[in-house]
Amino acid sequence: MKPPPFGYRAPRTLDEAVTALADADGGKVLAGGQSLVPLLNMRLAAPAELIDVNHVAELDTLEADGAGVRVGALARHARVERSATAARVQPLLRRALRHVAHPVIRNRGTVVGSLAHADPAAELPAVLALLGGHVEAVSVRGRRVVAARDLFVGPLETALADDELAVAAFFPAAPPRTGTAFAEIARRHGDFALAGVAATVTVDGDGQAEAVRAAFLGVAEVPLVLDLTEAAASGRLAEHVRERIDPESDIHASADYRRHLAGVLAQRALAKATADALAREAP
Amino acid sequence: MTEQAHRIELTVNGTLHVADAPARRLLSDFLRHDLGLTGTHVGCEHGVCGCCTVLLDGEPVRSCLTFAVTVTGRAVTTVEGLAAPDGTMSPVQRAFQKCHALQCGFCTPGFLCTVTALLRDTPHPTEEEVIEGISGNLCRCTGYQNIVKAVHRAAALIAEEAR
Ligand SMILES: Cc1cc2nc3c(=O)[nH]c(=O)nc-3n(C[C@H](O)[C@H](O)[C@H](O)COP(=O)(O)OP(=O)(O)OC[C@H]3O[C@@H](n4cnc5c(N)ncnc54)[C@H](O)[C@@H]3O)c2cc1C
Ligand code: FES
Ligand code: FES
Repeated sequence: MKPPPFGYRAPRTLDEAVTALADADGGKVLAGGQSLVPLLNMRLAAPAELIDVNHVAELDTLEADGAGVRVGALARHARVERSATAARVQPLLRRALRHVAHPVIRNRGTVVGSLAHADPAAELPAVLALLGGHVEAVSVRGRRVVAARDLFVGPLETALADDELAVAAFFPAAPPRTGTAFAEIARRHGDFALAGVAATVTVDGDGQAEAVRAAFLGVAEVPLVLDLTEAAASGRLAEHVRERIDPESDIHASADYRRHLAGVLAQRALAKATADALAREAP
Repeated sequence: MTEQAHRIELTVNGTLHVADAPARRLLSDFLRHDLGLTGTHVGCEHGVCGCCTVLLDGEPVRSCLTFAVTVTGRAVTTVEGLAAPDGTMSPVQRAFQKCHALQCGFCTPGFLCTVTALLRDTPHPTEEEVIEGISGNLCRCTGYQNIVKAVHRAAALIAEEAR
């Protein structure tokens, strides 16, 4: 299997990169290549030109402060996963990253690339959607912020224009008294999930859940964010989740099985996120 | 139409190699075809099997999912570079041999590179860390048990030899 021929540019600066993207007719960004190169090898994609951003040093950033974690376009999954600061500010990021592919793939693949790729079974889009994060996009036309709820348009489809480079993703910090959890079922650890869920639970002063939210992956065309506060209180959580989703059948799992999994995983994630919230609360 | 060639400079196992290749040349093919280093194996070419794993500046990566042109100027270690210059096999290689961690050997170059980096970062891995560490490498022959044993054995050998 050999990729089809393509034009190639390796810009050194952000300006050069967005100019190259604007000039290219049918150009694609090459980041970690862990999703794009398989598509090229299998000849499922044939871009006229690749803009390889791996040499744009100013995109190789990872910053975390009280507000959240800002991940530059060249920060690999492994770097974000290892960062103690990022894990302190938003623990859900590391929890989810451990489910993204295998460690060796995480050495090359980028967090922003995963968001731009927008696979409906990917972990990070669900995390960004759940946390209400955003992506910063730059083109020759300027810079804009795209909120997660506007970013994911369909399977492998985002609101980013062809000439836009996603330069960073922002994952907001966990608010006080809030715990997080991630749960998924895959055939083998490291495979794309059949279904998965990221959850946040905020507890009140008495340790009772006052806000429960979850984002589901693998069960819809884009990450599905549900407010489960009432469902959790009613004791009908799994049933409620199953009523709200409409997954597809494919060779990996039937729609019924995915619906079943979503309910079970929601229960597990909520229990873990609640325990996490209480543990963070405890002095 | 002739395809545009790019100058690629790669330090492989300590030796600088310079060759011209089109941008679409995968690192795996660059090593095997352009440099004649056929120790790096190619199985699935979509990132799943792991047998093409090499070390890029010490970090294990899939050479089938990396374009050679992207990593120009950097250093790669392949299975050919794991042994000492006098040919003495590395502790990981010896452990694989001793524990019968290979049969046909097709997957072995990828396992050796992956495990070399794993034990450098985690010199005393737990059973779980070993299994997680090699979870991205497929082997159709051994059933993995002897590979897991070999990783523990290699860790012991490295610790012994460091004394
Ligand atoms: C065996 C295997 C298993 C995997 N399992 C999982 C899994 O379980 N979960 C999961 O989430 N992922 C998985 N992946 C995919 C992996 O996480 C990728 O790293 C990720 O999806 C894409 O990131 P990348 O940097 O490699 O992007 P690339 O492959 O370089 O690019 C992917 C797409 O995004 C676009 N793009 C990338 N960066 C930008 C940018 N900055 N601005 C605009 N567009 C951009 C590209 O043009 C391309 O269309 C797996 C991959 C493999 C090979
Ligand atoms: S050949 Fe590269 S992972 Fe299979
Ligand atoms: S020894 Fe044959 S595939 Fe592993």
